[in-house]
Amino acid sequence: MLDLNRYPSLGAALKDALDRFAGEICLIEADRDRENHRLTYREFRDRALPITAYLQERGFDSGSRAAIIMTNQSKWLISAYAVFYSGGVLVPLDYKLSALEHIPLLKHSKAEVLVTEYHFWRAITQSPDFGDIKIKTVIVTDAPASAELEGAIRWEEANSESTPNFIERERSDWACIVYSSGTGGRPKGCVLTHDNYLEQCVALTSLYPFWPGVRYLSILPTNHAIDFMVGFIGPFVCGATVVHLRTLRPEFVREAFTRYQITYMALVPMVLKNLETGLRTRFAELPPAKRFVLNRLIWLNKKFTQKEPNLELSRKLLKQVHEAFGGGLRALFVGGAFMSPETLQFFYELGIQVGNGYGLTEAGTAVTLNDFKPFRADTVGKPLPGMEVKILNPDAEGIGQVAVRSRTVMAQYLDDPELTSETIVDGWLMTGDLGRFDSMGHLQLFGRAKNMIVTEEGKNVYPEDIESAFDGLPVKEYCVFAANYIWPERSMLGEKLVIVLRLDEGQEVDDALIAKLLERNRRLLNFKRISGYVVWRQDFPRTASMKIKRYQLAEQIRESFDRQTALKEL
Amino acid sequence: MQSLEQTVDEILNLASSHFKVSRSELSPTDDFFKTLKIDSLQALELLTRLENHFRIELPDYEVQGVSDFQTLGERIQARL
Repeated sequence: MLDLNRYPSLGAALKDALDRFAGEICLIEADRDRENHRLTYREFRDRALPITAYLQERGFDSGSRAAIIMTNQSKWLISAYAVFYSGGVLVPLDYKLSALEHIPLLKHSKAEVLVTEYHFWRAITQSPDFGDIKIKTVIVTDAPASAELEGAIRWEEANSESTPNFIERERSDWACIVYSSGTGGRPKGCVLTHDNYLEQCVALTSLYPFWPGVRYLSILPTNHAIDFMVGFIGPFVCGATVVHLRTLRPEFVREAFTRYQITYMALVPMVLKNLETGLRTRFAELPPAKRFVLNRLIWLNKKFTQKEPNLELSRKLLKQVHEAFGGGLRALFVGGAFMSPETLQFFYELGIQVGNGYGLTEAGTAVTLNDFKPFRADTVGKPLPGMEVKILNPDAEGIGQVAVRSRTVMAQYLDDPELTSETIVDGWLMTGDLGRFDSMGHLQLFGRAKNMIVTEEGKNVYPEDIESAFDGLPVKEYCVFAANYIWPERSMLGEKLVIVLRLDEGQEVDDALIAKLLERNRRLLNFKRISGYVVWRQDFPRTASMKIKRYQLAEQIRESFDRQTALKEL
Repeated sequence: MQSLEQTVDEILNLASSHFKVSRSELSPTDDFFKTLKIDSLQALELLTRLENHFRIELPDYEVQGVSDFQTLGERIQARL
């Protein structure tokens, strides 16, 4: 691994990595059961420099911003390298958003360059708000030969034979603008510096090292903080291999473990649960005698790994289970959302370590991670090296808001000093999550103090971002909330969004209104949908500028009704 | 080539047998996440079944944001 303390920027570290590990396999790109290509670090560099030169010829320079909207593929990382090589700022956008959601973020980020896949670009150009964005250079991948590109250039043509200049950056310079929300409301663009990323990388690789030969399976979107770190920066500075799978189909994900002898993989709770279900089904289908033997082996493994994991022993005891994961798996990382302890325990008893942690975009990638000494399924682990974590105003049970201070905490929210000063107070990041430390120093999470939900797919959903989907609803006024924000629950599972309906005088909820709610709900992606409604008979409290006072409204509802009485399922 | 109506009908039949939901409970405009009580990964599993049935290949992005049988049928029909 490179000694990252020596490097002032991601660009400098990555540049050296491509030279140092030139002959190692850097990327493998697969689509279903087909392998598209594999690149060494040398070949990666040879592909990246012509596009870097092209961008620089188009005026892309130190501090310029470039957005990427792409599924997981080698061109994502090549583009990101070109941006860092040129001293630019990367804006990794979530490809799962719609064009209508991409446009405000492209506009807000002031990106001069966009690298995207053809189908995303087509959707953007067909959007009524297309005229709102002014992007100097758009590079489109995967475009059919006959496609009309609306001013964009094909990836294959975006290259130059000249030698690009490497632009040095300082640790405190901006590396990325990552949007944690704001697709329909106030954009929250987390500005992360080179120092943030390099520090985070040192901390994570101290617990989970990479080296040449290690293979990381990338299925989380690379714009996601976890995949960006453990599926790009981490493996690259260690000469490891990243395997991109261009589909999320469970059957191909399972196949990829064995086909590519995967060492690490990051996933969201939903995918881990899917793997658990698959294993449990296979176990249940075993003949009774074999099942008996398996249960005994699991019992033995559990007994021998009570204090700490023993991967070699587990691989021997539960050979077939580990072979189903390719035989070389060292750990799975789960993040992006809260994971149920039962699932974590299930995998641990099979000898498969699941690095369960807690993090948020505003703090880089991860704040805490389970160190397995001993394994504790009911916690999100201990603070990573360099992280200070404290509990603010703890109640009688020791539960309070989690605050974080470290070199990985973002510099600011882009162009929003007010929100920045509310979020970073005296150097401490206010996470809005509720937790406490146990006697061993493991962090346990109990819910949120903020108005948002996180789905099992790891999606953060802010009510303000989806309210516009209900514009024109035939009621006096309405407001969307996280149910737990109105009625706090000490759980981070099964979080739901609800709509509060202020009806007109004499109005009642009827079939027509329900049909309208359902119809509007369908316009939202499934993870953004509301699951119920609350009828409220008073005008909403508002500020002088007519914004809804959400906290006050939630308080009024809470004081008037309990959840069971007020909340009606849709 | 078969009609869109036939395609949607075959999708409903397949969804009904795969997820063990009565065919009579399914209609083209249904939100399949809700009616079948499935998550997005299970929806991708259904997609693989449909690909095998119709002998086509649908990239994941083609069905991103699709949640009703009718639209799913249209995406499949376009590739038949």
